[in-house]
Amino acid sequence: MKAHLTRRYLFSASHRLHSPEMSAEENRATYGKCNNPHGHGHNYTLEVTVSGPVDQSTGMVCNLVDLDTCVEREVLSRYNLENLNTLKEFAQTVPTTENLCVEIFEILQRAFPHAHLERVRLEETMMNSFEYAGGNNPRR
Amino acid sequence: MVYLTRKAEFSASHYYHNPDFTPEENRRIFGKCNNPNGHGHNYTLEVTVKGEVDPRSGFVVDLKRLKEVMHREVLDAMDHRFLNKEVPEFLTKIPTTENLAIAVWLRLEPKLRQARLHRVRVYETPDLFVDFYGEE
Repeated sequence: MKAHLTRRYLFSASHRLHSPEMSAEENRATYGKCNNPHGHGHNYTLEVTVSGPVDQSTGMVCNLVDLDTCVEREVLSRYNLENLNTLKEFAQTVPTTENLCVEIFEILQRAFPHAHLERVRLEETMMNSFEYAGGNNPRR
Repeated sequence: MVYLTRKAEFSASHYYHNPDFTPEENRRIFGKCNNPNGHGHNYTLEVTVKGEVDPRSGFVVDLKRLKEVMHREVLDAMDHRFLNKEVPEFLTKIPTTENLAIAVWLRLEPKLRQARLHRVRVYETPDLFVDFYGEE
């Protein structure tokens, strides 16, 4: 029997939304307050959903310790309390929550072998969230 | 097709143990959840049903009846219980959140008449939940 398991994690980071391909006016018009050159921060909530058959002997889709260890090592330790704009994956890419969500999906898809990665959902604030379930990378 | 979700809460205790594993394996795989005295959670259950809106009533399902079925089939059996010892499914299966979602589905699915069961979601804590959509 296949089940979907979702775990929530918290991290905090800062970013500035600014595209070098746009003029200063275009950046301000597009990104508004998020274009402030000094950046600003969020408490992000990350939801990771994995799926697979429920193992008869353990009753689990995957061991949560394995999932927590992987997310901590690959995602939380990389992004928590960092300025996203200083990281290499956002050197050429604007660190919108859309792009961060896609990045986290791709990191976990490579790094977590114990269950199928269904979806990554990222809340930037209580009022907005983004989801990515793989497929065509919207950035390519 | 319209989807309707009803929430309910219940509290129960459980522990994780497979008699086929050695004590060391049980401790390694299940960690603190292997404590035989059990530990508890406040579970949140979300039951989603789907169907067409009845043109006369405007309902997908009679919510009062859905609530009654959820109470009779799930909450009366599981609320304030030790799942391993008091809920028949878990005399033989480990009461993980995965198996709990499957057990709730199997209890509800045959009792729903008006609308079809779409999803059972069980939150063990606000940061951990399982979705079950039936046999795919």
